Amino acid sequence: MNDVGKKTNRAKRRQIYFTWRRFHKNRLALVGVIIIIIHLLIAGFAPYIAPHHPFAQNFRMMNKGISLTHLFGCDHVGRDIFSRILLGTSLTLRISIAAVMIGLLVGTLIGMLGAYYGRIVDAIVVFGTDILLAFPDFLLAVAVIAAIGSGMTGVIIASGFSSIPQFIRMTRGIVLREKGKEYVVAAKAIGENSASVMIRYILPNVLSSIIVLATLRMAVVILIASGLSFLGLGPPPPSPEWGAMLNEGKAYLRTAPQISVFPGLAIMILVLAFNLFGDGLRDALDPRMKL
Amino acid sequence: MIYYIIRRLLMLIPTLIGITFVSFLILQLVPGDPARVIAGIEAEEEVVEAIRESLGLHKPIIVQYWMFVKNVAKGDFGESIRTKRRVIDEVWPRFLNTVRLSLVSIVIAFFVGITIGTIAGVYRNSAIDYSTMVLILLGISTPSFWSGLLFILVFSVYLGWLPAGGFTGIQSVVLPAITLAAGPAAMTARMARASILDVLRQDYIKTALAKGQKESKVIYKHALKNALIPTVTIIGLQFGYLIGGAVLVETIFTWPGLGRLIVQSIDSRDYPVVQGGVLIFASSFVFINLAVDILYTYIDPRVTYE
Repeated sequence: MNDVGKKTNRAKRRQIYFTWRRFHKNRLALVGVIIIIIHLLIAGFAPYIAPHHPFAQNFRMMNKGISLTHLFGCDHVGRDIFSRILLGTSLTLRISIAAVMIGLLVGTLIGMLGAYYGRIVDAIVVFGTDILLAFPDFLLAVAVIAAIGSGMTGVIIASGFSSIPQFIRMTRGIVLREKGKEYVVAAKAIGENSASVMIRYILPNVLSSIIVLATLRMAVVILIASGLSFLGLGPPPPSPEWGAMLNEGKAYLRTAPQISVFPGLAIMILVLAFNLFGDGLRDALDPRMKL
Repeated sequence: MIYYIIRRLLMLIPTLIGITFVSFLILQLVPGDPARVIAGIEAEEEVVEAIRESLGLHKPIIVQYWMFVKNVAKGDFGESIRTKRRVIDEVWPRFLNTVRLSLVSIVIAFFVGITIGTIAGVYRNSAIDYSTMVLILLGISTPSFWSGLLFILVFSVYLGWLPAGGFTGIQSVVLPAITLAAGPAAMTARMARASILDVLRQDYIKTALAKGQKESKVIYKHALKNALIPTVTIIGLQFGYLIGGAVLVETIFTWPGLGRLIVQSIDSRDYPVVQGGVLIFASSFVFINLAVDILYTYIDPRVTYE
């Protein structure tokens, strides 16, 4: 028993090692990871490294372009755009991580229950998923936020909700494939209950795909969430949400383009990083996976 | 074939019922009393009561839903709170404007996407291929509401070549259509590249090359045709992306489409219009996907419709 345990441990370590090697070879994916780590650091330390107060208005600096003291220039009420973007990083990350977690937890749970129990449960799950997939991502998010109301919570729930069907579909597919395999049958035969079979036996086999989908979904959710904020449905001013900043700058495009240009650039870089990271993870963890 | 189409149409009915249910829920979930929302905050209690009565809001929810479905089937989506006109009269002309924009975008996306993807696939692992891949990633990662503003900045503000928005003739469609097309073009290019690589590995390509055909001819006559099939199938998905993107792009370019109407209606709390707009968008998406599936069986005879 002990011997077997050691062997599987070694096998596991080998697997992780090979995954890492495959991932490591992918330069672009590494770039993605580095950008994400930098963003996490910024999110953590923004209040300490921001050169100016993100809400401090300086009317003499209104719409001023880039300079040494104001790297990205100032906005229409004279706030330092660079500091606001730094502070907005944690906002964007918090919103999108929370949203992806909603999609992940709800979607995985529903997908697994549907596939595991089959029959009528599965039929209902498939029906519901098909209906949600009939709505394009962003439209679904807009519909949800129209109903529950705008604001930060609204954005999180709306963009999280639009991720649920993707997680359901993927989890369901894998569980359907796994549940007929010998190890699952064996687990049932030794008297494991359904919850234990699902969590301890099947879930580990879904995990790598969940991680890949969650990473790629981060990119989509950042776009959805900042898009909602851009439409004025996100956190209210003076919140330094990147999409909201872009929206504020729209009216000053002619005189002060920096107000919209830099927050948009920030969104693009972060989305790009998650796309690179996600693509790399997929190739490393599960090359056959189609997402 | 005709049976296949009829069967697919029948299979659509539950999905459409589901879509009406989700749209129905929008008004139900709005915090507070829907009658109060429709009447406005300052309205007299009698007015609210009258609206409640006329909309049947005192009835059980399932009965209300049934009434909603029956009305929708007759083309009656209710009445706009803001303009007091029928929702369908508000929504339909706007929807046609979105269709116009989307058609231009989808043509651009496919033409650009397939060209770029094919070139990248043919010159695999070359500098062209790598720069294409970077371009594709940028296309997927760039928020349309940012690229749209950049286009306005460059082509309207600085160069003055094209209008920044509105609906004033053929020039006004150029910028929104390109903005909207960027994402789908990138996804199409990615798909086209993958399928060209797939096809070039096939034996019949080797045969064609071995018997001395010119390489360019092999690519045009043999490879491209087969590579296009999987690319065309994602046209349905692209339309979904366009519908979602239209909400943002129309807002930036003040294009009088349905996406912008939905956003305006959310702002003015005109929920029946939001409901109708979402319903029209989602159903059109479902029908487009069906059309693509049927088209697919036409262009690829290997697909059996059973």
